[in-house]
Amino acid sequence: MSAPLRVEALGKRYGELAALADVSFEVAPGELVAVLGPNGAGKTTLLSILAGAQAPSSGSVSVAPRDVGWAPQQPALYGKLTVAENLELFARLEGVGDPGAAVRAMLAQTGLEARAGELVANLSGGNRQRVNVAIALIGGPPVLALDEPSASLDPAQRERLWEFVAGLAAAGTSVIFSTHGPGEAQRHADRVLVLDGGRLTFAGTPGELIEAAGGGDLEQALVGFLAVGSAA
Amino acid sequence: MSWLLRKDLVILRRSRLTVATLVLYPVAIALLIGFALSRTPSKPHVDVLDQTPPGETVRVAGRRVTVESYVEGLFSGLDAHRVATRAQAVADVESARSVAAVVIPADIAAKVASATAQAEVQVLYNGNALEQSLVSSQLRSALAEANLGFSEQIQRAAAQAIDVLLRGGDLGSLGAPPDFVGLERLPALLRAQIARTPPGADRRSLEAIESFASFAAQNLGVSKRVLQTVGQPIRIRSSLLSGRRTPLDTFAVVVAVTVSLMFLAVLLAAGGVALEREENALARLVRGLVSREALLLEKVVLAATCSFAVALAMLAGVGAFVSLDWARVALWLAALACGALAFASLGVAIGALAREVRAASLLAFLLSLPLAFLALVPAGAVGRGFYDAIGAISFVFPFKAALQALDAAVNGAHPSLPGAVAHLLALSLVFGLLGRIGLRRAS
Repeated sequence: MSAPLRVEALGKRYGELAALADVSFEVAPGELVAVLGPNGAGKTTLLSILAGAQAPSSGSVSVAPRDVGWAPQQPALYGKLTVAENLELFARLEGVGDPGAAVRAMLAQTGLEARAGELVANLSGGNRQRVNVAIALIGGPPVLALDEPSASLDPAQRERLWEFVAGLAAAGTSVIFSTHGPGEAQRHADRVLVLDGGRLTFAGTPGELIEAAGGGDLEQALVGFLAVGSAA
Repeated sequence: MSWLLRKDLVILRRSRLTVATLVLYPVAIALLIGFALSRTPSKPHVDVLDQTPPGETVRVAGRRVTVESYVEGLFSGLDAHRVATRAQAVADVESARSVAAVVIPADIAAKVASATAQAEVQVLYNGNALEQSLVSSQLRSALAEANLGFSEQIQRAAAQAIDVLLRGGDLGSLGAPPDFVGLERLPALLRAQIARTPPGADRRSLEAIESFASFAAQNLGVSKRVLQTVGQPIRIRSSLLSGRRTPLDTFAVVVAVTVSLMFLAVLLAAGGVALEREENALARLVRGLVSREALLLEKVVLAATCSFAVALAMLAGVGAFVSLDWARVALWLAALACGALAFASLGVAIGALAREVRAASLLAFLLSLPLAFLALVPAGAVGRGFYDAIGAISFVFPFKAALQALDAAVNGAHPSLPGAVAHLLALSLVFGLLGRIGLRRAS
C-alpha cells in the first residue's frame, strides 16, 4: 500500500491574486476524491500544482510530481502523432521499463486498440480525452490527478471512464478529480473537497455536504453551500 | 531529448506543406534579393522625339560637334525608341508603352552654340511617382554624362587652339591669319629685333612687348592643365582599407543564403516551441519529464540543423553558377553553423513568448524581414543618427553578424570571421536565456 497524498497549507499567488490559500487535505490510497467549486475557484490550479506543472507559492505536497499521473483539462497530445505514438513518447519520457507493453496495456484498458494507428488530430473529443487519461496512467502512478476528465465525453464513454477509474482506485491508486458535475461526484467520489475563491470551504463525504446544506441532492447542496459562503 | 527530437522529426515529416513552405519561401525570397542585388536596374523604355534638322552641328572653338552624338550620349542609359511625332510620343506615354517621352527641340543646337541661353530637353511623364523619380534620376545621370562628354570635346578643341596660339600655324577659325607665328617663337624674334634696334624709344617699346610675349607664352602653356582641371575638378581614386573586395554577385549569394538560413531557423524554432504550448503538451513535459533547458536545446538543435543543411545545399548549388572559393569550405561550415545557432536561439525566444504556432510564425516573420533589410542599409544611405540606430538594432540581432560571418567565410571580407562568430555565439546565449525566461510559465 502506498503512502497517502498529503497537502499542507498550499497557496498560490499570481501577483495580488490569491488563486489558492491555505489548502490542506489528504487522499488515502485507493480513495476517490472530487474537487468541486465554481469557475475560478482554484480547482485546475490545485491539480496542476499536485502534478508539478506549477510551483506553489507556499505549502507542500507529500508526493513527488513524477508519482502523479496528470490528465489536464485540455488534452495535452500531439495531433500529428498517432494514438500509439503519443502513448509511446510519454512512456519513454516517463522512463517506463517496457514502453511497448505499457502502450499495449493502455490501449486495451482504454478501448483504443482499433484507433492505435490513427492521428490524434482525427479523433473525436471523447477519444482525445481517453488518450489524455491513458497518458496520465501510462507510468502506473500511485496518484492520479484528473482535471474534468469527463468534460467532452458522451454518457457511454463517461460510464466507461468511471468504471476504469474505479478499477484503478480499487487497485490502490489515489484518485483526485475536478468536476463541474455534482452528480458525478455523488456517484463516484468517496469524499468531496469544495473550493471557493481559492479556499477549501468543505471536506467530507457527499452525504455530509448534503447534510451540511440541509438536504436535497448534491447539486442543490453545493449551490446552497456556496450561496451561504458568499453571504458570509 | 532524443525522443523529443524524434517526435519533432515525425511531425515535420507529416507536415509536408509546412516544410515545403518553410524551405521554398525563404529560398524564393533569398533568390529574389540576390537577383535584385546582383543585377543592374533594367533600362526604362523611353520615347525620343528629335526635332532638330538632320546633320545639325554646333561649332565650338573651330570644331563641329554633332547634335546626333550628343543625343546618343544622352540616351545611352535608357532604352530609347525614336518616334516621329509629338502625338505618337504622347500616345505611347499615355498608354504606358513608354514610361516617359523626351522631346529634343529644334533650336537646341543654336542654344548650345550661343553660350548665352541654356539648352533644354522636355520630358513627358505619365507613370506613378516612383517611375517618374526613376526616369528623372536616370535622365539627370545621362545628361550629366553627356554634358561631361560634350565639355571634353570643347576642352580638346580649346587645347588644340591654345597649341596653335603657342606654336603657330593655322587656327582655322573665321578671321584668323592663315599661318601666324606662335607665342613661343615670338620672344626670340623680338629679342633679335631688339638687338638690331638702337637704344631709344623704339627699343624700349620692343623690350616691353618682348617681356609681355614671354609672360603670355609661359602662362598660356599652364592654361591647358587648368582646362583639364576645370573639366573634371575631382576624380575618384578607390582604396579598400581592409579585407578583400567582394564581388557583387558573390555578396548577393551570401545575402541570399543568410536570408534562407534566418527564415528557416527562426520560423522552425519559434514554431517548434509554440507547438508545445498549442498542443498543451508543454505543461505535461516540464513537470519533471523534460527540463525547460533541454526542451529549448532540442528545438535549437533541430532548427539549427535543418537550416544549416538547407543553407549549405543552397550555397553549394549556387556555387555551380557563381565562382566560389571551395578551399574555404571549412570556414563556410563554421559561419553557417554559428549563424544557424544564433537564428535558432532567436526563434526559441520568439516561440517562448507566443501561445500558438501562427502567432509565433507571424512574430518571427514580422521581426526577421525588417532586420534583414535594416542590416543591408549601406552607410550614407540614411542620416548619421538613423544609421547609428540601425547599427545598434542590427548589433543585437543575429542577421548582420551572420551576414558578416558568411561574407568573411566565403569572400574573405572584413570584419574577420572570429569576431563575427564570437558575436553570434554571444547572441545565441542571450536569446537562449530570453527563451528560458519566456518559458517560465508552462501554461
